[in-house]
Amino acid sequence: MAGTSNAMGRRDAGATDMAIAEGGRRRETRDSLMRSWLHRRESRQLVGQIVIVLLLAALFWIAASNAISNLQHQNIASGFGFWDNTAGFDISQTLIPFTASSTYGRAFWVGLLNTLLVSAIGIVLATIVGFVMGIARLSSNWLIARLATVYVEVARNIPLLLQLFVWYFALIPQLPMPRQSWQLPAGAVLNNRGLSLPTPLLQPDAGIVLAALAIGIATAIAVKVWAARRWKATGERFPVLWTSLALIVGLPLLVAAVLGFPVQFQYPELRGFNYAGGIVVLPELIALLAGLVFYTGAFIAEIVRSGIQGVSAGQKEAARALGLTSNQMLRLVVIPQAMRIIIPPLTSNYLNLTKNSSLGVAIAYPDLVSVFAGTVLNQTGQAIEVISITMLVYLTLSLITSAFMNWFNSRMKLVER
Amino acid sequence: MKRLIGFGLAGVLGLFGLASGAAAQQKTLDTVKSRGNLICGVSPGAPGFAFPDDKGNWKGLDVDYCRAVAAAIFGDPSKVSFKPLTAKERFTALQSGEIDVLSRVTTWTMSRDTQMGLAFAGVTYYDGQGLMVPKKLGIKSAKELNGASVCVATGTTTELNLADYFRQNNMTYKPVVFEKADEVNAAYDSGRCDVYTTDQSGLYSQRLRLKNPDDHVVLPEIISKEPLGPAVRQGDFQWFSLAKWVYFALLNAEELGVTQKNVDEMLKSNNPEVRRLLGVEGEFGKAIGLDNDWVVKIVKGVGNYGEIYDRNVGPDTPLKIARGINNLWSKGGIQYAPPIR
Repeated sequence: MAGTSNAMGRRDAGATDMAIAEGGRRRETRDSLMRSWLHRRESRQLVGQIVIVLLLAALFWIAASNAISNLQHQNIASGFGFWDNTAGFDISQTLIPFTASSTYGRAFWVGLLNTLLVSAIGIVLATIVGFVMGIARLSSNWLIARLATVYVEVARNIPLLLQLFVWYFALIPQLPMPRQSWQLPAGAVLNNRGLSLPTPLLQPDAGIVLAALAIGIATAIAVKVWAARRWKATGERFPVLWTSLALIVGLPLLVAAVLGFPVQFQYPELRGFNYAGGIVVLPELIALLAGLVFYTGAFIAEIVRSGIQGVSAGQKEAARALGLTSNQMLRLVVIPQAMRIIIPPLTSNYLNLTKNSSLGVAIAYPDLVSVFAGTVLNQTGQAIEVISITMLVYLTLSLITSAFMNWFNSRMKLVER
Repeated sequence: MKRLIGFGLAGVLGLFGLASGAAAQQKTLDTVKSRGNLICGVSPGAPGFAFPDDKGNWKGLDVDYCRAVAAAIFGDPSKVSFKPLTAKERFTALQSGEIDVLSRVTTWTMSRDTQMGLAFAGVTYYDGQGLMVPKKLGIKSAKELNGASVCVATGTTTELNLADYFRQNNMTYKPVVFEKADEVNAAYDSGRCDVYTTDQSGLYSQRLRLKNPDDHVVLPEIISKEPLGPAVRQGDFQWFSLAKWVYFALLNAEELGVTQKNVDEMLKSNNPEVRRLLGVEGEFGKAIGLDNDWVVKIVKGVGNYGEIYDRNVGPDTPLKIARGINNLWSKGGIQYAPPIR
């Protein structure tokens, strides 16, 4: 590239020299300069791109002003003034305080947080299900491999919306009414109003336990770094996993035991229609998560299977020849290489899961689409504003997820020396 | 020169109007006439108001209003195509020009009238929000509902009244919000909620679709005012007048005793009010862009308001709703139409 433009520059310079030498015919020279500029491929591409951008801008401007004039003509309110108005409705699951006297703006945040909640839990669970099922499909055990295949083929070939209806409208009637609730271990209660869990109430001493947890995590990281250095220097291994587990789980537990477990639980109690006083996991959330995880897990399983199969057999043979155990072979040779194949398609499945969570509107899960693009849109009637904000939110979520996964991918990438 | 500029502006406006597809600048009546049928937005399934029967024919009070408009324009009540809409979709469908009239148990409220570009043509059914519970809960009054889970459809005034009512009475509740009435119904029937709330007429209508309708009871309290009526887009006054006067004509026909059966005899009536109503005297039809015998066509097509009521929701139907406040003003109700003169 650089060579070409240098050559062009030289030709231009030559043209200028000639113009000076011949004098008088300046205009023609300028024309030929112009012509040679236009003859360059880069400059022509630039002009083309500018024209396209201008056309797009004009189209957008026409569409926007057209919409505005139509709204005015039809006497439909526009603008974002509704954001601070009182909402006047309630929401069944609110991660931040929300009442009927809160604003539409706050309803937006409630909906967004509910979407983030179901997406985050869904991504983690779908990844676990996907990896387990993907590895199971490659299992040498005939039954396990066939069962995993059946799961994958069923789950990914039935539309998600139908699956959600099945999970929801088949699940609910199976659960008992509040008065006949199932009492689960640890004071949890399950009925068709949801799963009520005891609320942990932290006592003053709980801070010490949290401090112990922090110290445990910090020490575990230090041990990992130290062990890695020692391994490089001396070749001796150190059981990092078990030490970390002991530090992160064991230490806080020990401290808590010494302090006499400074946490009290508020147990859900039957009051009137339903259990009150616990953390309630709505059946809508359970059904939506079940549907999303079951569906997306199948796709992830296929990605994992193809990723593992994509690592050439020679790599495994080489690992065996070096005397690695089959566990070490999987952990040190196969998975790191398989991850490079797995991560990019995994990203698009995470994006899909987040976007698919909007189907929760069909089973009364109060996500962004249900609360904001549903109730708020209808009560204000401002479809254009509400829908554009909603689209912007999903776009932003997707871009953030894929930026993170790209970063993760570049870390996992084969480093060429 | 001025004319030229004006022409240019109109051209640009026309272009934008075409591009929008909203047909706001066009006359709806002309569009409907040239299309050859009326497009009417109705409920996807509300027995008594809009419900397709086993042969696929739409039946109901809201449906009959649409048929009355079609009869007034085309002289044929079948020239309507019905577009089932959820509560959430309905206003956008009307605003964007997808439908000509919205006749979908829609509550007339100030914000809908002033901020959403809708114009309500009248109140075809005076309703109020009610609450339905399973009989086995043994509840007698809405005041006993503290802590209940309530199934409700999104995009309705119901959702807001519900919040108001519980707030006023210092009670809490858990809303379970669905997009479609069918889903609300299924969730309530499966026991997900203690309470089903919507307009009282809607409760009677949805109760018919439950597994065991007799196991459920509608509580006596009415917690809101729900004047339900047809709406059109703002910005087309001729179409608005037509929508309004079709409704008034139905009421006036009932008041003057003009029925589907006797309408031909009534043409010979000496009563000047009847003569004006049926277009024997005066040019009232022309004034709204129709023929002067527009009311004859309406009543022949669908009958008067009382006939429509009795056929769809009255005491002889499965809904068994007494006429109550929806009776004519002269018979103790509040249905009242301005005179045709």
